[in-house]
Amino acid sequence: MKTMEPAYGGREIPERRSGLSNGALGMIVFIGTELMFFAALISAFLIISAAAEAWPPEGQPRLPIVITAFNSLILFASGWMMYKAFQPFKIDPYSEATRKQVRLTMWLGIIFVGIQGIEWIRLLSYGLTMTSSQYGAFFYLIIGTHALHAIGAVIGLLRLSRKLDAGDLKEETFHAVQLFWYFVVGIWPILYVLVYLS
Amino acid sequence: MAEVAHAEVGHGDAHDDHHEQSFWSKYVFSTDHKIIGFQYMFTGMAMALIGGYFAYVFRMQLAFPGNSIPFWGTLSPAAYNSLVTNHGTIMIFWVAMPVLIAAMGNFLIPLMIGCDDMVFPRVNRLSYQIFLLSAIVLIISFFVPGGGFGGAWTAYPPLSAKAEYNSTPFGAPLWLIAVTLEIVAFLLGGINFITTTMNARAKGMKMYDIPMIVWMIVIASILFMCSVGPLIAGAVMLLFDQTLGTAFFDAAAGGDPVLWQHLFWFFGHPEVYVVLLPAFGIVGEITCTFARKKLFSYKLILYSTIGLGILSFFVWAHHQFISGVDPRATYLFTTTTLLISIPVAIIMFAYIATLYGGSIRFTTAMLFGLAFTGEFLLGGVTGIWLGSSGVDIYLHDTYFVLAHFHYTFVPIAIIATFAAVYYWFPKMFGRKMNETLGKFHFWGTIIPFNGIFIPLFILGAGGQHRRIYNYQHFPDLAGADMQDMRVFATISLIVMLAFQLVFIANFIISLKKGEKAGKNPWKANTLEWITESPPPHGNFGETMPTVYRGPYEYSVEGREQDYWPQNEKPESEPS
Ligand code: HEM
Ligand SMILES: [Cu+2]
Repeated sequence: MKTMEPAYGGREIPERRSGLSNGALGMIVFIGTELMFFAALISAFLIISAAAEAWPPEGQPRLPIVITAFNSLILFASGWMMYKAFQPFKIDPYSEATRKQVRLTMWLGIIFVGIQGIEWIRLLSYGLTMTSSQYGAFFYLIIGTHALHAIGAVIGLLRLSRKLDAGDLKEETFHAVQLFWYFVVGIWPILYVLVYLS
Repeated sequence: MAEVAHAEVGHGDAHDDHHEQSFWSKYVFSTDHKIIGFQYMFTGMAMALIGGYFAYVFRMQLAFPGNSIPFWGTLSPAAYNSLVTNHGTIMIFWVAMPVLIAAMGNFLIPLMIGCDDMVFPRVNRLSYQIFLLSAIVLIISFFVPGGGFGGAWTAYPPLSAKAEYNSTPFGAPLWLIAVTLEIVAFLLGGINFITTTMNARAKGMKMYDIPMIVWMIVIASILFMCSVGPLIAGAVMLLFDQTLGTAFFDAAAGGDPVLWQHLFWFFGHPEVYVVLLPAFGIVGEITCTFARKKLFSYKLILYSTIGLGILSFFVWAHHQFISGVDPRATYLFTTTTLLISIPVAIIMFAYIATLYGGSIRFTTAMLFGLAFTGEFLLGGVTGIWLGSSGVDIYLHDTYFVLAHFHYTFVPIAIIATFAAVYYWFPKMFGRKMNETLGKFHFWGTIIPFNGIFIPLFILGAGGQHRRIYNYQHFPDLAGADMQDMRVFATISLIVMLAFQLVFIANFIISLKKGEKAGKNPWKANTLEWITESPPPHGNFGETMPTVYRGPYEYSVEGREQDYWPQNEKPESEPS
């Protein structure tokens, strides 16, 4: 393209941009920031845990690997449901099929957060706290940050579901919530492997 | 309500501004990008007054140690630290950021790309509200028991992490909360800038038709979005260290204080380019308009900017050469630091080349623009010296560093901002600023600015360490020649501050009595100049503009006029 040359007439004028909707593009930019945020938490975790004498440290409760693995499956299922919601959405946004898929996504998300919460209470009762060790501090910092994101995303799903029921939804809102949920689901395996399995 | 008014009129339709709007909904809770831009601008200017006052107080202490300071009293060491810390914090986060990115971005982007508003107007309003809240939290932090935070704007732990060390049990966390809120506000703004520019440009505006300043603000926003995550992460961890008693940065309990430095500077260095780029953009627009010449090598500037943006993520450890970073790693960061000066130099030379052969008009805006180019050069060149790790071991944390970054930040946040205000004031308020007062203000700002910081270069090279309350306690630094330079710098500062009264007076008088500007007082090409001054709600009235050419078609051969607005329909072919 040589548009810096003065255009002497006859220039074809493209229509307004299409490509990505505002909601989707805005969300992608936001997720980029989130990725850097998590990358920082993870590198902090790696630096501190690599310098520690023993990781996990002696005398600290171990994290619930099996239950959380099961819980991870619930989260993945939820992500899959979100993906499946997209097909009926394209055909008819307000169809029963779409609404059901979104509700399923949301409930699976709620179950994930719920099980995490129960596990946290148990860990606290075993004495793993933010101040008990670096191990505990990073666990609550990183997994807690993820949990906050999951809760935020579930609230987004709830609003999405409400709007679908009310028959009043902008397509870009759907894309934005969908992308954010993919982010919450997609970042989880990395955190699980790093924090639970290290 | 502004929102309702906005919803009523469809995309790009005519907006009529005759709704009965209350003061509150029109100026306080507005979603109009221009109003939000003004809110950012005036808040930033108010904060600049606070930051300038702080500088006056601690410079007085350095020049006349121990004496009672007019408009303050005697200054305690703790208060000195708090003033220095908050001066830096305010000038970067509450002046440079809101005025350069937020105010200019909000006011200019929709006008220059030819759309009616930001794509997420309510997110935009929320952004300002969070920003205002952050400013209030920061101001409250000066008045809590123990006083405002005094651990330097870089907030290195352990000093910043423990109240036993910094003795500001409330000031420190409040400072951190304020900074975090401020950053969240700009996150929301950045999403808007990027999405709006990508998705809402006027018909016909292709990638290379976007005015350079819009590109620069968008690239700055991308840099900000990519670099700010680590700072937020670090801020949360530091806040937990301060309040919950975690030990992320406490070496005694298995933490790592240098980790904070990495998180901070990973953000901190891109951040200097975040504020630099909008300033480059402003100066580019002004240079073209008043040299009546096409921007020299638009594409080269654009690609250099992108390259500079990418490189800026790989230089951060040049702030940590003496923090125990592996000496082999310092080679790497020295190299990247020297490399990054190449794209910066390309942009500077492109601007100088734009001037070459132009018919230059020395308006106040142009004077400030030219001063930016000249003064910033000194800042950039001294940065190259600091980037060489061998030299930096001696110079780190001296006044030489301080003078270096003031020779970058002052041209950015003060000189370029004034250039922008003089240039766009007619568009913002419909009247021109007074040129005579403007030139008076220009010389009264530029000469004392050099008077402040040239002595500080010399003092820094002479070994004067930063962050010291009273040099009389250090025999090597207490000599009369050194003290004279401190006094000279302080007096220069007072002169510079005094001349800002000229600006404030000019601003207020011109608002009411300035010469009417009309639509296009400077005969410029970009789209903001085709609409009314000030632009109505919805910006362009009945029809949105269509773009036919790039933004810098000045002095095109064969045309009667020496400018060629982007939206002018090509009717007759020039010979
Ligand atoms: C774009 C405008 C620039 C700004 C706003 C800027 C800002 C700063 C700031 C704030 C510091 C002080 C950090 C501290 O508190 O210790 C600093 C230090 C430094 N700057 Fe710049 N800088 C700019 C350009 C450059 C350039 C172009 C270079 C090199 C090519 C450079 C190299 C350095 C180095 C190496 C230091 C560290 C010195 C030390 O702490 O010992 N800067 N700069
Ligand atoms: Cu730097």
